[in-house]
Amino acid sequence: MESLSNRAKKLEKKPMTLAERAYLPAIFQGLSITMQHFFRAATKKQITVRYPEETRPFSPVFRGLHVLKRDEQGRERCTACGLCAVACPAEAITMVAGERKKGEQNLYREEKYAVSYEINMLRCIFCGLCEEACPKAAVYLQADKMAPPRYERDEFIYGKDRLVEPVSPDNRSKRGIQLTPEQADKLRTQMQSA
Amino acid sequence: MSLESLGWQGLVILVVFGISLLIATYCTYAERVIAAFLQDRVGPDRAGPFGIVQPLADAVKLFTKEEFFPSGANKALFIFGPCLAMITALMSSAVIPFGNFLKFGETVVHLQGIEINVGMLYVFGIVSLGVYGIMIGGWASNNKFSLLGAIRAASQNISYELAMGLALIAVLMMSGSLSLRDITLQQSVPGEWHFWNVVKQPLGFIIFIVCAFAETNRTPFDLPECETELVGGYHTEYSSMKMGLYLFAEYVNVFVASAVMSVIYFGGFNFPFQYELRSWLSSSQGLSIDAAQNIIAILGVVAVFAKIFAFIFFFMWVRWTLPRFRYDQLMRLGWTILIPLAIFNILLTGGLITTGIIPEIKQWW
Repeated sequence: MESLSNRAKKLEKKPMTLAERAYLPAIFQGLSITMQHFFRAATKKQITVRYPEETRPFSPVFRGLHVLKRDEQGRERCTACGLCAVACPAEAITMVAGERKKGEQNLYREEKYAVSYEINMLRCIFCGLCEEACPKAAVYLQADKMAPPRYERDEFIYGKDRLVEPVSPDNRSKRGIQLTPEQADKLRTQMQSA
Repeated sequence: MSLESLGWQGLVILVVFGISLLIATYCTYAERVIAAFLQDRVGPDRAGPFGIVQPLADAVKLFTKEEFFPSGANKALFIFGPCLAMITALMSSAVIPFGNFLKFGETVVHLQGIEINVGMLYVFGIVSLGVYGIMIGGWASNNKFSLLGAIRAASQNISYELAMGLALIAVLMMSGSLSLRDITLQQSVPGEWHFWNVVKQPLGFIIFIVCAFAETNRTPFDLPECETELVGGYHTEYSSMKMGLYLFAEYVNVFVASAVMSVIYFGGFNFPFQYELRSWLSSSQGLSIDAAQNIIAILGVVAVFAKIFAFIFFFMWVRWTLPRFRYDQLMRLGWTILIPLAIFNILLTGGLITTGIIPEIKQWW
């Protein structure tokens, strides 16, 4: 058949030479290649990540497990406006709104708050649209945590008990807070090159 | 032989048995580590430091697995198969000289299980019995894949035994003895340059090592247990420690094949400058002749095991480098290339001996 592109290479089936038929030169070539790999561990960096002891670093723009942020005084930011649930393409978010009672000013920032707030991690596609939609900067996808595997389906429905950020500021995820200058620079160069 | 030296000899036999088992055990670990390194991986490193108790974990796993008998299997033969494979594998290490002799006063201990004047014939007799273990196990499983694997093993071993035996005949023509001890001692005549048989028999050695790969059923000739075509070959139906015995027997066979190669072609327990070292020890270090000889003998044991480990490493290195041969390629290589080459090697050796280029052997010991 005529080649249309003129790039097809014509292959000739040549009879094997004596060296090829004796196998030995090719075998020694192969052996030398595997031996180079044998000593690679000493010369080059190992590729293997020894998982439980070390983990692969996450990308700074990784979108992982959600968190409901608190403000500087430790009050919940979420006002249960429902914009995140509307924005969610996977319909993973549900919530019930409630009115703040007297004396709860130190718990909730606004007069309206989420009595319950649930994200189904099996539905969630981790697109981050809820984070973009949130006017109160309450919901974030953490860059350093993943939704862990579980045995039962209902364990994947995360309620407020697992979503709301703990009060102690040490446990805040990196993403809700300001990025460090180095992280911001890294992110910027990555986005520019992309 | 006095009763005392008989007792010593019994101890040597026990030690040889233990060492064969230990080496086979650690071959399973070494195989995995070497495979990992050749493939840029890490290998087993969880059980103990660097994973060195991994063989123990494997053994515990194999012992606790379900003991499975396929329906329609011949139960007696099904059990007998792996036993036979293991027994024959272990028997052949008995005649291999792992060292010269130790002398304590009047007692002389030969570092060899038993010294018989047909040692090489014994090894080959036992090794060829090994295929019965595979054959019986494969047949008794009542499974067509097992049977195919067993048939492959049988025909492959018979084909390659021929070339192996012919390659050895050339060595026998030079040595004039079937005793492995004699062959070892001939490779280092005192006062002459230290020549191993591999220098005199390079072609024979290449034929022998190729056949050794086929005899031990290892890649590139592991067609009897070829996973891609035959599920697991002759041990498809085996589980638990019966399977473990088959795998273990393979490693014992590798050990024995390495030992035979290092004895016949690589000088066994000889190492360069041993006589110079002995005379230096006895003259300028003031040791008695016996003490100097004992030191040399112990260094010889170290030397033979270094050679054996080098060969075991080579077996594993080749396994993780080369792909498997096709069955017709295997048969063609055996019958139309190796056997004619071996016969040519015999003719060549005969010619060199009659023309006197290879000198007469000296029975110097």
